[in-house]
Amino acid sequence: MARMKFLCDADRCVECNACVTACKNEHDVPWGINRRRVVTINDGKPGERSVSMACMHCTDAPCAAVCPVNCFYTTSDGVVLHSKDLCIGCGYCFYACPFGAPQYPRVGNFGSRGKMDKCTYCAGGPEADLTPAEYGSREGGQFTGYGSNRLAEGKLPLCAEMCSTKSLLAGDGEIIAQIYKERVVRRGYTSGAWGWMTAYRETIAS
Amino acid sequence: MATTGGAFRVFIAALLVSLGVAFVAPAAAQQQPTQVNPTAQSVKERELLKELQKIQGRSSLPDARTAVLEQPAGRDWRQFHQVTLRWIAAIAILGMLAVLVLFYLIRGMVKIEAGRSGRTVVRFSAFERFVHWMTATCFIILAVSGLNITFGRELLTPIFGPETFAAWSQWAKYAHNYLSFPFTLGVVLMFLMWLAWNFPSGVDARWIKEGGGIVGDKHPPARRFNAGQKVIYWVVVLGGAAAAITGYLLMFPFYATDVSGMQTAQMVHGIVGALFIAIMLAHIYIGTIGMQGAFEAMGSGQVDENWARQHHSLWLESEAQKGRVSGGRVAPAE
Ligand code: HEM
Repeated sequence: MARMKFLCDADRCVECNACVTACKNEHDVPWGINRRRVVTINDGKPGERSVSMACMHCTDAPCAAVCPVNCFYTTSDGVVLHSKDLCIGCGYCFYACPFGAPQYPRVGNFGSRGKMDKCTYCAGGPEADLTPAEYGSREGGQFTGYGSNRLAEGKLPLCAEMCSTKSLLAGDGEIIAQIYKERVVRRGYTSGAWGWMTAYRETIAS
Repeated sequence: MATTGGAFRVFIAALLVSLGVAFVAPAAAQQQPTQVNPTAQSVKERELLKELQKIQGRSSLPDARTAVLEQPAGRDWRQFHQVTLRWIAAIAILGMLAVLVLFYLIRGMVKIEAGRSGRTVVRFSAFERFVHWMTATCFIILAVSGLNITFGRELLTPIFGPETFAAWSQWAKYAHNYLSFPFTLGVVLMFLMWLAWNFPSGVDARWIKEGGGIVGDKHPPARRFNAGQKVIYWVVVLGGAAAAITGYLLMFPFYATDVSGMQTAQMVHGIVGALFIAIMLAHIYIGTIGMQGAFEAMGSGQVDENWARQHHSLWLESEAQKGRVSGGRVAPAE
């Protein structure tokens, strides 16, 4: 089975934010929630870097470990998903996540947390694949489902597929690591596989 | 013209050399990458993490929180939540239970030695008792719903299944969040209404030295609250304040803290909660099966005169002077 991962080749990221926009549009993600974001470090200074970041679908995911109701599960593709039926909105996965991936729609009084939402690797949720229940309803500020399930259609996450510089790579970890390694050999330098050490306890040697 | 000829020869030689290089160069370039790295000066993940334990930048999204790229500290927090806190809570709560059971087996119920007199003194007004029980009820629900977060997944999911457990946990969370308000109000009211009697005094030193009359069989004098009760008072006031502050930091994410602040708040909240529960078990023990005649102080609000003499002699004296000892029989609760 494949082990799906994300890899952002920071050498190529031009901070166009198309991945962010594509993600929002594909899943109809409501205002205030961003499953993917681009962070620019040292913005405007020498040494600037932009990195596109979302849930990294960690190995031994910390969110899953701390969830008090055990609402997370890992698919056979290594994608970390969760059930909004089980989630109680306690916020603990957010405390544990190194990448700030889990987010909560504000519900009711005092802005308390609703059901958590995060990047699904375009792989939906626990409901049957490609059903309206899986996609979820977007009425009345509700965000019940998980968005589209491109993986079930044999497609990769949209953010990576439409990345114009092919900075953001998605797919089996070994294959995208290989693509990246070839780039590194050709251009002669690495850009650091951002987040890999934290998420997968490995980095891409080159 | 010798110089011109010499210069010409040098020129030709230079031309040949550079042509030769030019011929060789493309082949070499294909073998070996040019060692120019345009991003050599760029920030590096590992160095940034080493420096600050987190990586922050700028994001063009309106939400400032999205500017944090990476923050591996959650790993330590995970360890605390999954392992450390559970040990602390289990040892504190089960340890206290074990001590209380053992103590009960050895000491038994502390009896009113002189027997009941039939005369009573008002110990707590209706308002005081209302505040006490409001806070206590909230406390018990907060404790149960809180421990559900700490231990429920491992203890209850196997019994009830994930759906039922999640549904119960959702309600437990609502209860924990909403009952925090009356609980906090109760703590504030108890702080104000009993503060005057809870400053440490010389009487307390003797009370502690003589084991409070619970350990041993002396009857050290005490005013309205003895040293043990003062400890409970300050545990409730300070522990309640700590639980409330850290709890609200968790309940209102990002109002006052960032993620690392919330991790710390959760750690403090979990430890305070666990110790608070353990100490309150002792409080509940003495108020019920640990001591004859104690419960009615918070039940009907009236205690037996002999109970008061045994445990709060100085207080009884001052109440008696004010003529507040009444009846031949225990008066019913109002
Ligand atoms: C006074 C106001 C309080 C507030 C605002 C508050 C708030 C919270 C919040 C927001 C959580 C996170 C989980 C959730 O959302 O349900 C929590 C967890 C917890 N609370 Fe409270 N709480 C309060 C008082 C207490 C008290 C008095 C106790 C103890 C009796 C307590 C014990 C716990 C425990 C044990 C946890 C779980 C810790 C863990 O395992 O991570 N809380 N509380």
